[in-house]
Amino acid sequence: MTVSSHQAEAPIVLLGPQTDFSEIGEVLDEFRVAGPVALITTGWQENEREDEALVEQLRRPAVNLALHARSERVYALEPLYAKARAARQARLQHLQRFYRMRLEAVDEAARAIAVRHVEAELLLEQQSITVAQMRQLDDDHLSRCQAEWTAFDQQWPAAEQASIAQERAAIAEQIDRCAAIVIAGGHLTALLNRLRLFDVLATVGNKPIVAWSAGAMSLSDRIVLFHDSPPFGTNLAQMLDVGLGLARGVVVMPDPRHRLRTDQPQDVARFTQRMAPAQCLGMDPGARLVFRGGRLVKGLADRLLPDGRIERGWRA
Amino acid sequence: MSLAINRLAAGPKTREAVRAFFAHHSFPLVEGDTITFVWRGDAQEVKLHHWVFGLESAQHLTRIEHTSVWYLSMPLPPASRVEYKFEIIHDGHGRWIHDPLNPHLARDPYGANSVAHGNGYTVPEWIHRDSASPFGTYEFVEFPSAVFGQRQTKVYLPARFRRTRQYPLLIVHDGDDYLNYTALGTILDNLMARREIPDMIVAFTNSSHRLVEYANDERHARFLTEELVPHLESQYPLRSQPQSRCLMGASFGAVASLSTAHRYPGFYGRLLLQSGSFAFTDIGDRNRRGPLFDNVVSFMNQFRDQPTAVSERVFVSCGTYESLIYENRSLIPLLEATGMDVRFREARDGHNWENWRDRLREGLSWLFPGPFLLVYE
Repeated sequence: MTVSSHQAEAPIVLLGPQTDFSEIGEVLDEFRVAGPVALITTGWQENEREDEALVEQLRRPAVNLALHARSERVYALEPLYAKARAARQARLQHLQRFYRMRLEAVDEAARAIAVRHVEAELLLEQQSITVAQMRQLDDDHLSRCQAEWTAFDQQWPAAEQASIAQERAAIAEQIDRCAAIVIAGGHLTALLNRLRLFDVLATVGNKPIVAWSAGAMSLSDRIVLFHDSPPFGTNLAQMLDVGLGLARGVVVMPDPRHRLRTDQPQDVARFTQRMAPAQCLGMDPGARLVFRGGRLVKGLADRLLPDGRIERGWRA
Repeated sequence: MSLAINRLAAGPKTREAVRAFFAHHSFPLVEGDTITFVWRGDAQEVKLHHWVFGLESAQHLTRIEHTSVWYLSMPLPPASRVEYKFEIIHDGHGRWIHDPLNPHLARDPYGANSVAHGNGYTVPEWIHRDSASPFGTYEFVEFPSAVFGQRQTKVYLPARFRRTRQYPLLIVHDGDDYLNYTALGTILDNLMARREIPDMIVAFTNSSHRLVEYANDERHARFLTEELVPHLESQYPLRSQPQSRCLMGASFGAVASLSTAHRYPGFYGRLLLQSGSFAFTDIGDRNRRGPLFDNVVSFMNQFRDQPTAVSERVFVSCGTYESLIYENRSLIPLLEATGMDVRFREARDGHNWENWRDRLREGLSWLFPGPFLLVYE
């Protein structure tokens, strides 16, 4: 996958979770979006058309691109493509599981080493080794994911599937009539896969994009799954895939209130070192990051620091 | 560690000292791994009644001389949760009461008990109504059962319920008690909203003869499997694979779940068994728990003799302060040996609804993992 051809200077605005969607309208006002907006609620999967509450808060006309429904049509019309796509997803899931198993082995070793009674200096050195091993696994996983996508795109060029080409053209036409793009949160892979399938961002041009939660994560360059208090198992964060790359140099972490534990500074420290030089930014409701040309130009979020602290209300 | 009660007992027992002691502490006193129960008043005797198997169930409180303060200190391991009552004895007659100094009560079908929390125990936040969690809805389903006559079942539909989707089915024994005493309805709303479990349909069943019907009763298994499930499948969009069907219950409800799965192996792919009354004997059929357990013992002896894979995934939990901990612990290797995927969780708690409540998040999400790592709303 290549980074989208979104033009350099239009703002990309990333937000935290939205419960009543009121922030979206405010952001669109702030960036003087005058015309209708193109809505992507694909993360809501088969409920993507239940967008009345969201549209009401936009305070301007909206066109739902209905990517989920379009993908269902495409899969029905292109059974061979659909089968190949299912096989690709199965392989990506296997890769995710195997990568996770390797990460857990490193983590388990790190925990066993951490409780040994040896010089502090030696333990510190071991912590660096853990971070390096995890970074290597992260990079390896991302490049394997990219290789899967590249191989699939070469074998099954989406543009050569008649129904996909038709849907892409229809989407491009709808986007062309809009002044901005709004991407909701929801299910990450459901959203990301369809943004890729229809190459949506290639047709966005120089229009502002406002995205939150899973939508915001999908626009970053590396997508990290995290939850510090899972119902069972360990709290190891893991890479999902490369993102669409419109917001670079940050790890977008929605809903830290529920997903991040602040009483485990050693885990926060290790995580930030693992993700460096990217900034790890927790995004609760009210958080906002503005990117231009892929770079962060303005921000309000909770920043995770390499010493294990979390800087609330950090501003960029 | 010098305990606060010992400092009071050793110091001047003035009215001011006693008043300050009560003003500056919350009760029962938990200091490190020691708990001190305190009662204040006139009595001939004061006893603590608790439900911790392995300790004497009734223990005397001691009065501090020249005061009306009674106390009992005992060890309380970290993360413990203990339910108790005081018995106040006057003129040889005892009256059981809640601890008037402790606002924490645990309700159950018999009333309520006072609750003591050891250091490190916290009431889970996911049991409380979360304003971000939309409510599921309830419907009553009533149909004529050839086995039991007319039976009513309460059915929970998830907040995002759509007729066009298909859902797993969870069948809960003692359904009303789970709703009333574990807040299971709120817990389902929260766990589904947080995507820790998938949206599912839940049937809350009840029996007015549970000690008979839940004790390895063929009729109960037939009612659930040949009547209730087919009826629900005809009314609701339910997935029909075993992996999407779960039986759950506590105490005799756990026996009913396991014995039903045993009579219909492979039909229920998930089991959630809490503090199961899995009584057995190593020789003969006579058991120390009485005739109500005869059918249970007969089933468990048979199952333990020839354990088979009746399901795919089984979550078992039990309190270490229950007498049933031995039966549950010893069941685990047998379940595992069949090839079933088994997860066992112990907690320092007793045979009560809040113990069962506290294990629901892990149990349900392990049996039915939700996409919480992939969903960011």
